[in-house]
Amino acid sequence: MNLAEFQQTFRHWLVSAADDAACALGNHRAGLAVYQNNYRAQLVACLEQAFPHLRRWLGDEAFLAASITHIDRHPPHAWTLDAYPEGFYPTLLEVFPHNPDVHELAWIESALNQAFVAADAQPLTLEALATLEWDTAVLRLAPSLRCHALTTNADAIWSALWQAQPAPPAQMLEAAGGVLVWRRQFTSRLRPVDALEFQALAQLQGDGSFAGLCEWLVARLGEEAGVARAGEYLAGWLGSELIVEVSDG
Amino acid sequence: MSNSTAHFAGYGLGLRKEHYCDFLETSVPVDFVEVISENFMVAGGQPRHILRQVRERHPVALHGVSMSIGSAEGLDPDYLRRLKALVDEIDPLFVSDHLSWSRSGAFNAHDLLPVPYTDEALDRVCANIHQAQEALGRTLLFENPSSYLAFEGASMSEWAFITAMAQRTGCELLLDVNNVYVSASNHGFDARDFLDGIPAERVRQIHLAGHSQGAELLIDSHDSPVCSGVWDLYAEAIARVGPVATMIERDDHLPPLAELLHELSMARAVGARR
Repeated sequence: MNLAEFQQTFRHWLVSAADDAACALGNHRAGLAVYQNNYRAQLVACLEQAFPHLRRWLGDEAFLAASITHIDRHPPHAWTLDAYPEGFYPTLLEVFPHNPDVHELAWIESALNQAFVAADAQPLTLEALATLEWDTAVLRLAPSLRCHALTTNADAIWSALWQAQPAPPAQMLEAAGGVLVWRRQFTSRLRPVDALEFQALAQLQGDGSFAGLCEWLVARLGEEAGVARAGEYLAGWLGSELIVEVSDG
Repeated sequence: MSNSTAHFAGYGLGLRKEHYCDFLETSVPVDFVEVISENFMVAGGQPRHILRQVRERHPVALHGVSMSIGSAEGLDPDYLRRLKALVDEIDPLFVSDHLSWSRSGAFNAHDLLPVPYTDEALDRVCANIHQAQEALGRTLLFENPSSYLAFEGASMSEWAFITAMAQRTGCELLLDVNNVYVSASNHGFDARDFLDGIPAERVRQIHLAGHSQGAELLIDSHDSPVCSGVWDLYAEAIARVGPVATMIERDDHLPPLAELLHELSMARAVGARR
């Protein structure tokens, strides 16, 4: 067995614990078991650390079962273990197909983890806007910003769990909206928004055009209200440090 | 890569997040700290900010776990680029990783898996080390891992493999005394043969750590104090390699920093007796 074959066989052992792999590696069961245990225990611990509130929400047993399902179906690929929890979301969709609260809570925790180590960027100052040509202005959003549709009260569940308070029961929202996750300085932030602001931000994420945003809002709210709403959103996003760069296009 | 790493004979600790405040808010009596490289190979945020602050106070050694120097397919260029960016920013005392592999194809085990001590593996490891040292522009240190599996097809001992690796690549060595102890127990060799067999002049750093007793094997768990047998082996090691940077590694069941500093003072005492 050459080196490549040895490593492929070892991989087969780690992901499957198959007898044929163990025999090919010399059938040293005690040693192989140590590596097998290290591999699986590390991935379980990785998911537990990434999703502490989801774990509390589901309960230890259900969370562990979902983790084992994920580890069995999706061996890690990236050089960094930090990437592994990002793939948990699709598994949760399969394991809990009728629990949007679970999916959205998992998305929130994953987004917070990603925002924590996202690229640094200085928030835009009001002075930088003074001489801007708004018709051609292109706004760049914080690299830490993550947006997702929100159909449940997962944000309230997360907040309660984060504060070690009893979590409210899961509920569908009367009107679907969105949730934003980003980082201000070194603190990750979470904010629910209504559907219009969520879509407006998605619009801006697309091409960065402030004029395009105004046009999009005018089409929905009318000329006066659309322009006014664009101004309100811009002020709010600036205040929240969601906009980090602006150019004249 | 012929430029060897500067000799540095201080005593240090692994920087873990449980002790960030101690290192940022107090004057911790260490000569250097070691960090896990991958924890800081991120785009931004608090980890990089903290590392920059710590670097202003202490020399920093970068210790990696994911280079996968034993991979049959070669190294990951993206990994090397990210590590290079961190090296350029931190200007570390040492850059080290393990004589192990974790990546095979698209799979990454995130564990320090054993390299079979064969001529073919030696050729591959040496080629990978050349690639890494070229990419990073510096001499690297490689650590002997704990192992739980011996290979019937091995054509040389671990120390013969390490000696050939160092001779052929110019790399330097991070001698993990606990790992020697664990592997010697697990595979039934004499730890002194290992210490006698490696090129002592290539050792630039020593790790000390605790281990635990598994069902049949010793496990390199880094979750307990250094045991007396490892302290004895450390004394024998520094008698051979001379004064080199020494640190305590603790990754689990982290005690208050004072407890680790007490362990480090024991290392200083052993070093002073040499």
